[in-house]
Amino acid sequence: MAEKKGALRKIIQAGWGILTNAYVKGFLPGGPPIYKGKLKQICVPGMNCYSCPGALGACPIGSMQALFDGRQRRFAFYVTGYLAFIGLIAGRFICGWLCLFGLIQELLYKIPTPKLKIPKKIDRPLRYLKYLCLFVMVFALPFFWRSAYGTGDPFFCKYICPVGTLEGGIPLVLLNDAMRGTLGWLFKWKFFLLVICILASVFIYRPFCKYVCPLGAFYGLFQKVSLVKMYVDEHACVSCGLCAKTCKMNVDPKKTPNSSECIRCRECVNACPKQALSMGVREKHTLS
Amino acid sequence: MEKKIPVWVTYILIAASIACMAFGICRGEVGTVLSKAVNICMECIGLG
Repeated sequence: MAEKKGALRKIIQAGWGILTNAYVKGFLPGGPPIYKGKLKQICVPGMNCYSCPGALGACPIGSMQALFDGRQRRFAFYVTGYLAFIGLIAGRFICGWLCLFGLIQELLYKIPTPKLKIPKKIDRPLRYLKYLCLFVMVFALPFFWRSAYGTGDPFFCKYICPVGTLEGGIPLVLLNDAMRGTLGWLFKWKFFLLVICILASVFIYRPFCKYVCPLGAFYGLFQKVSLVKMYVDEHACVSCGLCAKTCKMNVDPKKTPNSSECIRCRECVNACPKQALSMGVREKHTLS
Repeated sequence: MEKKIPVWVTYILIAASIACMAFGICRGEVGTVLSKAVNICMECIGLG
């Protein structure tokens, strides 16, 4: 039963990935390189490069930086409000259910190899890295740094994001001869980071989501106040620890059901033999 | 045990996020997002 429910999540993740990258013409040789329609004024809720040949929507992290790094140095109210709204409704639910790059990492983790367990001493401080990415690479640097010409840079997209390399860079370079001739050190650097990310994903569950993703960090800020939350029925729980063992994001749902690291994949809910865990909309006044 | 946060706090924050979004739309941020998204982002793909 739990396996069936896990498969359903994979189908939803894949379906969403296909739906939001359904511009087939972009993948055809000689066709338009990317979609240029009005749907691109709307951001998709997960990490999805808008330069992917199939992308129908905009990347929220890229859009946020685009607004910050304009010559007028304006705050990105539209995208920040949009992401805060999603985070306040569902927390990191998007990470677990509607992120294509999350699915890619999960599939890589399925490759049968010995898996790496990062010691807590290293894992804990590394988790803060994604907040550093969010506040420094997405907010501060694009907002404050300016070149001699007065232009800014989308620092996270430019120097770190492996999603752009995988979904945008590689397909575009493969499909366009002209682009192949312009590859320089930046592409090599980003390709190197992508290879590291792919290799790490084979041995560690969702390493990008755990340690780097600024979007996951942003949604995580709202996890404790979101409308949809995780609940533990203390009377039903027999403290068997199966939920904590099942959680690949290394959360202990009994202790911290609404941890900012939880991606709300519901694997713990499905694993619980006593149905002590549940996920649902908050009650009217207060709840843990 | 996690700290209890009243649900009205969430509702106020949701209202604030909607207001934030509306303000951004009113001052034309959607157009900026669109113009960025319909052009190949050279930085994103590692060519810029």
